[in-house]
Amino acid sequence: MAILEVKNIEKHFGKTEVLKNICFSLNQGEVLAIIGSSGSGKTTLLRCLNFLEIANSGSITVNGKTIFDENIKLNDKTIRKNRLHFGMVFQNFNLFPQYTAFENITLAPKLALKNGIEIGIKSVEEIEKNGDELLETVGLSEKRDFYPCQLSGGQQQRVAIARALAMRPDILCFDEPTSALDPELTGEVLKVIKELKGNDRTMIVVTHEMNFARGVADKVIFMADGIVEEIGTPSEVFGNPKSEKTKAFLAKSLENI
Amino acid sequence: MDLFFEQFPTVFSALNDGFLQTLKVFIVTLLGALPLGLIISFGSMSKFKPLSAVVKTFVWIIRGTPLMLQLLIIYYGPGIILHIYNFWGQAETGRFIATIVAFIINYACYFSEIYRGGIQGVPHGQQEAGQVLGLSKSQIFFKITLLQMIKRIVPPMSNEIITLVKDTSLARIIAFQEIIWSSEAFLKGSYGISGAVWPLFFTGVYYLLFSGILTILFGLIEKKLSYFRS
Ligand SMILES: Nc1ncnc2c1ncn2[C@@H]1O[C@H](COP(=O)(O)OP(=O)(O)OP(=O)(O)O)[C@@H](O)[C@H]1O
Ligand SMILES: [Mg+2]
Repeated sequence: MAILEVKNIEKHFGKTEVLKNICFSLNQGEVLAIIGSSGSGKTTLLRCLNFLEIANSGSITVNGKTIFDENIKLNDKTIRKNRLHFGMVFQNFNLFPQYTAFENITLAPKLALKNGIEIGIKSVEEIEKNGDELLETVGLSEKRDFYPCQLSGGQQQRVAIARALAMRPDILCFDEPTSALDPELTGEVLKVIKELKGNDRTMIVVTHEMNFARGVADKVIFMADGIVEEIGTPSEVFGNPKSEKTKAFLAKSLENI
Repeated sequence: MDLFFEQFPTVFSALNDGFLQTLKVFIVTLLGALPLGLIISFGSMSKFKPLSAVVKTFVWIIRGTPLMLQLLIIYYGPGIILHIYNFWGQAETGRFIATIVAFIINYACYFSEIYRGGIQGVPHGQQEAGQVLGLSKSQIFFKITLLQMIKRIVPPMSNEIITLVKDTSLARIIAFQEIIWSSEAFLKGSYGISGAVWPLFFTGVYYLLFSGILTILFGLIEKKLSYFRS
């Protein structure tokens, strides 16, 4: 069974239609790369999954449980609960500047524990142990007590990944995780994402790194003007694109490399 | 020099009394204007356009005219318009109340702009990062944005509050007996002393000490918050 099922998602801002009839599904442990030109709706799609935007219609089903459709009444509480199926890593990290790396990672689980929100962790000790393990996963154990302003961009992004993982999401979303980084720092972040794939993490990565999409993803979506223009395996989409728009986009992206 | 030592105890005690009044205006203004400013800043940021327009116009008028003018209008205005003698109360009490009403309104408007800058200065991404981690609105405010706002607010706030120390002397225009009024009395004649200029200079020492202490205090707060950058 698919871990994620997205059906007919539509989103408009006023009169502009930004997402039209978005459909795709994802299995446990799969990595989906979303590519497409600027303004095609990639960020908006991730934001709809995380309930930062509320889609106008369609449905989102995680592990067989529908967490969004027209019939579900969304209030603050259900949104807070439902969005925890997804984690989000932002383009510009958005770490909390007043907290250390470790505190950034453990803040939300501690608050969840206090509020009785179920994330599968039962005690503060477990949260802290988990936090240290996550720092190790992203290779930053020695930066545990550093503040974000004392970390490089790549290090900050790795802390942000650990922070998202700490809430144990089913699916981790990345919105251009390396776009704000100097070229020499993108490698360390992409390496962490590759390692997560090795650990059977289900992930959705919006990216402009074509080599990464081609090498790491199990599935690729090419978006154009708010629709899924093309979907398939990397070899299908990169090797044998069907749509003219995809061909044009890929030709242009490869030119830039 | 002998004269100075002869006058000093009398002058010193009178200046202390005056300074106490200055301090009273300063403290009561802060107690009123700090919370009122927050309310005004929420008004000016309101999504309800008519409310934010009214509030912004009010803030513009208050910040665009001299505090001295506002003091005079608030002290004399209501009595003249409503034909009520001693509208703000008897003598010194009335003058004190009129003074703090004018100061609280004036400073609340300045503070509101500082709060607005602090609130809007925290990047929206901070809030969204909290949201996707399942935090509630109040947790986001208290655990994430509040301290970042305070850090932004402290430097302009300290400027404004040190200005307030000196602005309290404007209350002298409605004969409120703050420290400059007290020292000026020795120029004109009071407690058998007249034509003495030195008390006027001596008030400067009070202001310098007071603003000096505040500068150090705010410096400490800034230093305490300097461990992070946002
Ligand atoms: N809050 C909003 N209000 C109005 N329009 C919006 C809003 N957010 C996004 N849009 C519009 O929706 C469209 C898609 O934006 P989106 O950010 O999802 O694109 P993107 O594919 O992520 O682009 P990029 O590669 O530049 O990040 C754009 O035309 C954008 O102007
Ligand atoms: Mg985007």
